[in-house]
Amino acid sequence: MLARRIIPCLDVRAGQVVKGTQFRDHEVVGDIIELAQRYRDEGADELVFYDITASSDGRTVSTDWVTRVARVLDIPFCVAGGIRSLEGARQILHGGADKISINSPALESPALITELAHEFGSQCVVVGIDSRQETGDYFVKQYTGDPDKTQATRWRTVDWAREAQRLGAGEVVLNCMNQDGMRQGYDLAQLKLVRAVLTIPLVASGGAGTPEHFRDVFREAGVDGALAASVFHKGTIKISHLKKQLITDNLSIRP
Amino acid sequence: MLAIVDSGGANIASVRFALDRLGIQSELTADPAIIRSADRVILPGVGAANEGMRKLHERGLVDCVRRLTQPVLGVCLGMQLLFESSAEGPTETLGLIPGRVDLLPCAPGVQVPHMGWNTILSGKNAPLLEGIDAEARFYFVHSYAGPVNAFTVASCDHGTPFAAVVQRGNFCGVQFHPERSGVAGARLLKNFVEGRV
Repeated sequence: MLARRIIPCLDVRAGQVVKGTQFRDHEVVGDIIELAQRYRDEGADELVFYDITASSDGRTVSTDWVTRVARVLDIPFCVAGGIRSLEGARQILHGGADKISINSPALESPALITELAHEFGSQCVVVGIDSRQETGDYFVKQYTGDPDKTQATRWRTVDWAREAQRLGAGEVVLNCMNQDGMRQGYDLAQLKLVRAVLTIPLVASGGAGTPEHFRDVFREAGVDGALAASVFHKGTIKISHLKKQLITDNLSIRP
Repeated sequence: MLAIVDSGGANIASVRFALDRLGIQSELTADPAIIRSADRVILPGVGAANEGMRKLHERGLVDCVRRLTQPVLGVCLGMQLLFESSAEGPTETLGLIPGRVDLLPCAPGVQVPHMGWNTILSGKNAPLLEGIDAEARFYFVHSYAGPVNAFTVASCDHGTPFAAVVQRGNFCGVQFHPERSGVAGARLLKNFVEGRV
């Protein structure tokens, strides 16, 4: 049986891994290669690298660190941030990344999802969605890498998730912004809503604070993967311990 | 010398890096003469089957690959191309292993693409899987899959059973990505390179 995935997320700025609370106040937490190897050794199932400044600055991801990561890692990894063309995606995939994730550029040009899926296959194409709860519903936000540039979009989150899938996305990562960095648990209600409209894998992001939060998001929201950053970077949760706990909870997990 | 067929796919760098980590020299090439003279050949690939076949045709590699007599390992799309045809396109593929590659059906709790770490079930003595724990998990990421038949060495189940490892004579293939499957994947590549096929 397919294992639920534990996915540390490494926010990258200027070649360093950083982490802020609710997308603000970033502090440096370590070197990319060092952290990538540490998480691989601890049992991470996959890694996501977000170049958090690329999208809002109009830059693309530098590919030299992508290749350095690809040389040392023997688990899959995804690169996100600032990919806005077939050429940009090709450089990262040819550099050795397994998947690319697009967020703001997909909102600017939804046809990009289809072009990427056609060229590289849906399995390489992840759509990241930053979603915030407002007035009783969930809405998609854009350019969240920089709080001064963050914008509202016309999309309700469930509608955009469904549209991304229709256009050829192979996976959705849903970042629930209200929960991000708060360690109060994943947004189960929102994730359940999005899970119900997708047939492609869904990865939960935002809010992990304890091992029970992972158990709950797998059991109750039925997500395929759970992404987290600060609890892993700060050592609050050890991936090896988390996995043991989840196996005890009878979830399908790769030891 | 181990030749990696340059089929224009996106996971070629990862396969090379995995071989580098094992200390195995490889050459990425689309030259039929080099491919024919290699001790072993890996056919990688990511993307759609019709695109993959188009690229092999463009480079004049279809007959070259079909006629190889040394051990050949197809990875992911490279394995799917060993079958007779694929519903993706649809397209005729290399025809080295009987059967048609089809879309995996999705169902409640069964998401497609099949993405993540899964176990495989090996029914017979499989040199390619020598030294690999029966419970080991491999990393899969695909929407189409080949049927379980007489040439299946190991199967996987994602809502429906499908071929995870295949072999017919010198041609073998794996649906998962050994280059991204940790220790178990590295062992499989080592088995292939050391002639356990």
